Amino acid sequence: MLELYGRAISSRLLLGTANYPSPAVLQRAAREAGAQIVTVSLRREIAGGSGRVGGFWSLICDLDVQVLPNTAGCHSVKEAVLTAQMAREVFGTNWIKLEVIGHHDTLQPDVFALVEAARILVDDGFEVFPYTTDDLVVADRLLDAGCRVLMPWCAPIGSARGPVDKDALRSLRAHVPDIPLIVDAGIGRPSHAAAVMELGYDAVLLNTAVAAAGDPVAMAKAFALAIEAGHLAAGAQPLEPRDVAVPSTPVIGKAVFS
Amino acid sequence: MTILIKGAGVAGLALAAELARRGVGVTVADCSERPLGNASSMAGGMLAPWCERASAEEEVLTWGRDAADWWDAMLPGEVTRNGTLVVAPGRDRVELARFAERTSGHAVIDADRIAELEPDLAGRFRHALFFDGEAHLDPRRALSGLVDMLESRDVRFYFGGAPGDASVHCALEADCTGFAQAVDDPDLRGVRGEMLILRTAEISLSRPVRLLHPRFPVYVAPRRDHCFMVGATMIESSRAGPVTVRSMMELMNAAYSLHPAFGEAEVVETGVGVRPAYPDNLPRVKVNDGVVSINGLYRHGFLLAPAMARQAADLLCEQISGMELRNGTHG
Repeated sequence: MLELYGRAISSRLLLGTANYPSPAVLQRAAREAGAQIVTVSLRREIAGGSGRVGGFWSLICDLDVQVLPNTAGCHSVKEAVLTAQMAREVFGTNWIKLEVIGHHDTLQPDVFALVEAARILVDDGFEVFPYTTDDLVVADRLLDAGCRVLMPWCAPIGSARGPVDKDALRSLRAHVPDIPLIVDAGIGRPSHAAAVMELGYDAVLLNTAVAAAGDPVAMAKAFALAIEAGHLAAGAQPLEPRDVAVPSTPVIGKAVFS
Repeated sequence: MTILIKGAGVAGLALAAELARRGVGVTVADCSERPLGNASSMAGGMLAPWCERASAEEEVLTWGRDAADWWDAMLPGEVTRNGTLVVAPGRDRVELARFAERTSGHAVIDADRIAELEPDLAGRFRHALFFDGEAHLDPRRALSGLVDMLESRDVRFYFGGAPGDASVHCALEADCTGFAQAVDDPDLRGVRGEMLILRTAEISLSRPVRLLHPRFPVYVAPRRDHCFMVGATMIESSRAGPVTVRSMMELMNAAYSLHPAFGEAEVVETGVGVRPAYPDNLPRVKVNDGVVSINGLYRHGFLLAPAMARQAADLLCEQISGMELRNGTHG
């Protein structure tokens, strides 16, 4: 079973909560996917407010899931740290999905600020889930800062392109074999999710791919099945590709009779 | 017999108009002064059920398709039936195909046809979707038009205070107070919406134009006197405080990318409203302790108020005939 900061998690599908047609559809999708962890942003939602948990958040709490607040929309260390601290007050959890955006158009993470913010938050008692790239050195720095989970992208946020550099994902997996790796961004289809799970990744976080699908509830289910399939396959030692055909039954004139 | 309607936003006024049309006596009370309605006066006023279907349930189309006819009948001359134009900036063209896939009632049109429909947008977009069955109105003109029409039919209005003695004379009540009802209705939540009104004489549009973008779909709706309403954000918050810098930037940026001349437009007004919404983002007509309520119109106030007003009026008329039967006053 997957363990994140000492907590056993049975579902390997983490769900974002933005951009659904309605909270009711989000609730049905989360239940259909069997999601145990949902991530919520609050940078804009509580800006200038009292920090009071509004109607939308009580619908999330109805789901009986672990809430993973995130710092989406933060562009600096200071903003991200402050948002994390507010999130801790609002949701009563030390978990924080740390996002520090470096480029406002592609939403690429600012890995320098990310490492700095991670260090500050870990020292402040947070359990940090950093949204990062597939860079090995950044991964090391985040682990040095005290992160015990990494959330690399596999393509830019919302791009729906799927794993664009499988070799990089593979080498990151090999580099940190004992750290839970959750693919955080860039997944478009269930086959993409299955592909990264086959590489030995531990879980997948989805938002747009489910929320913006024509039928988010059915898509949530499809992803849950694909993630489960990919995870089973990773443990079942899949065949590696070969350059030539290798028939599964002997062919006359070859091998056995030659 | 008179019905007291609490709330003079689009739900309350539509219900008043529907009841008045059926010959029922109505009094309307609202605790705020004019302009009317918190969320309603910030609305876009688009009667666009086919476009809305891209991200809303089927009911929005079923309930909303007659809205333009209803408004036209109540306020002749206020509804403009020029359709809706949907465009996407070059690199977001995939969004246009996606929007087309999820909606009906549109035609894909090319640059020449765009230029015919909206000469000021000539050469700016290679393709667009044209929803020719849709319509729009100016929400503030429509709201005050309803008040004038109702006053001319001897409907009494109480603004800026408790209904006071108004309620004494009324046998029945209807609650159309929008998000204010959330204190009694735990299912109701607020969804913050921010908008801008810009003014420029350099551009004219004959219909609302929606600009698709992966992160924030926005629309620019033409109003009188060279004004344009640009809206609207959707933020899961019931805070009614002033517009934020980021929201304003996003809205202005969208207008600017529709046409660069908006860069020189005047920002006449910024507005914030808190839309009342239920978990499925569909409105409801409820009866609680005999009080009929319309609520949860979300971003579909002008589109769905007519259908909700009809449903609520049916319930109220049943209540009236029940009371008349009991009182023996029914013929």
